[in-house]
Amino acid sequence: MDLTSESGEQPAAANVNRASSWSLWRRQTLAIMRLEIKKNFLSRRAFLLYLIAGLPLVLLSMLALFPPPTEEMENFSELSIVYAGIYGGLILRTLVFFGCAWVFMNLFRGEVVDRSLHYYFLVPVRREVLLVGKYLSGLIATIMLFSVTTLGSMLILYFWLYPSESARYFLQGAGGGQLLSYLGVTILACIGYGAVFLIVGLRFRNPIVPGLLLYGWEWINFLLPPLLKKLSVIHYLQSLVPVHMSEGPFAVLVEPTPAWISVPSLLLFTGVVLFLASLHIRRMEISYAGD
Amino acid sequence: MTPTTTSSTNEPTSAPGTFPASAASRASAASPSFDEMIMFEDVSKFYGEVLGVNRVNLQIAPGITSLVGPNGSGKTTLMNLMTGLLKPTSGRISVLGASPNHPEAIFQKLGYCSQFDSFPRGATARGFIEFYLRVHGYATQETRELTYQALERVSMLEAADRKVSAFSKGMRQRVRLAQSIAHNPSVLVLDEPLNGLDPMARAEIIRLFRQLADAGMYLVISSHILHEVDMMSDSVVLLHNGYVVAEGEVHGVRDEIDEHPIQILIRCDRPQTLAARLFEHEHTVEARIHDDRQGLFIKTRRPEDFYLVLNKVITEHNLQVESVAPVDDDLNAVYQYLITSDGGHA
Repeated sequence: MDLTSESGEQPAAANVNRASSWSLWRRQTLAIMRLEIKKNFLSRRAFLLYLIAGLPLVLLSMLALFPPPTEEMENFSELSIVYAGIYGGLILRTLVFFGCAWVFMNLFRGEVVDRSLHYYFLVPVRREVLLVGKYLSGLIATIMLFSVTTLGSMLILYFWLYPSESARYFLQGAGGGQLLSYLGVTILACIGYGAVFLIVGLRFRNPIVPGLLLYGWEWINFLLPPLLKKLSVIHYLQSLVPVHMSEGPFAVLVEPTPAWISVPSLLLFTGVVLFLASLHIRRMEISYAGD
Repeated sequence: MTPTTTSSTNEPTSAPGTFPASAASRASAASPSFDEMIMFEDVSKFYGEVLGVNRVNLQIAPGITSLVGPNGSGKTTLMNLMTGLLKPTSGRISVLGASPNHPEAIFQKLGYCSQFDSFPRGATARGFIEFYLRVHGYATQETRELTYQALERVSMLEAADRKVSAFSKGMRQRVRLAQSIAHNPSVLVLDEPLNGLDPMARAEIIRLFRQLADAGMYLVISSHILHEVDMMSDSVVLLHNGYVVAEGEVHGVRDEIDEHPIQILIRCDRPQTLAARLFEHEHTVEARIHDDRQGLFIKTRRPEDFYLVLNKVITEHNLQVESVAPVDDDLNAVYQYLITSDGGHA
């Protein structure tokens, strides 16, 4: 063991070249993101995320290989309705929802379970910076994967069965705009659901129950009165999808919220949730007892 | 025995030990500035209705301060409060002028080697230390240099690029230690840092602690291995059931320990004979026949001399001895002795 090191020197942290707090926070955020993104994509927990994100691609490939004898699949003009159903029912409400739940709840809860969160709490980084770094890493992972899901599933559905019509539809028709809209909704869903599940993972020792309750709330949104509809993420997302589907005979019908309200509302909601999460994480204790 | 002036103001009724003025107390007398001390002011922590620590008042000066106490006495709670992993129910903590509520300030001065024996999955020793230095805000080259120095200090350079999950407990302990000292903090908090280390590594790590303390660092160490506390500490804080029952310089504790009678159980065929002969010697404080009449409890203040006499008696009387073992030569017995006024007969 080398005992010749000069241990009595000034704390090196004080000598770190820190141009400004913002510069330091940026460096710290990037350092956190670097590791967290790696974990989100390469850890064992990422396997389930790949399964969730890949499911519609597999299902739609099967559908394209063995198209069911329905009128919708035999008529190119009906494909936008088919995709709207797949996107709203499967991708947005279920896969993006549970994918975000898995990623964002594990950002902190996973580290508590692994008993490694204290290392982050023992470095000179503001806990809000840690929260932002982890949130952004979750966003990058979910947006990348579910954008591929959204894009891939739409292209598979269209191009496999009707390649030439689809090429025209996407390059010259409304297809390109729809595709971008769906991508935008997916990104907003990751932003909104990500913030919600981040705080759920921070606040609850077992976040599965509140996660399922949220899922139920989002799923019965079509039955809720107009005011309660607005207390959900899915209401604003549904307002933004380019093709609206009927929600069934029992649905309480309301006008979709315009994009200029929906998008800022979702972003504002996300900001409020992240602010609450930052208040919580500043007071957060670590004992790991019972986790 | 009386409490020192800086210990808890709400101790149990049994009187704690009186020790010479601690380094902390002496520093206090010299009126050190607020920024030069680690201070607990009337700090309490309750886990619901369960007491963690209660009304702790401490001032810790540079050097090695050991927190000593049995399991559940509040050592780890104090350390976690000091580092912000726990928030006090009441009271105030300051580490060289920084509050544990501001990790961005306090952890520039403080490193904590906790007892949590876990690591991020897949981490190597080098990668683990480097990553958290990057989160500090260090640049790449500086991170590499600091990591190298830290690993070198704990003799882990050769294993630096191996996965921590494949390490022995002692190696993991050294990696955690390296991580806590990598940024050259002024204050080092170490929760049972010698756990899992082999004797040679223990000696090396103690030497490292001693060197860091001599260079002016503050080391706060929890331990229940009394002779190690004795070897390395400048001062000790005795904790019991969440209360600081005494604090002082370590030789004060050592004197108390020397006076503490050790209880030894000798399993033999004729305990009455043995008891009669051993009582003839001044080292024997108390003798009691075991309930099964196949053994003898002896209390002695000088175990080394006692064992010499015991050998002689056994040989002279041709006793059939099955075993000789200390019964209460552990810390709990010493605490019981130190924290009760009647010399451990509570």
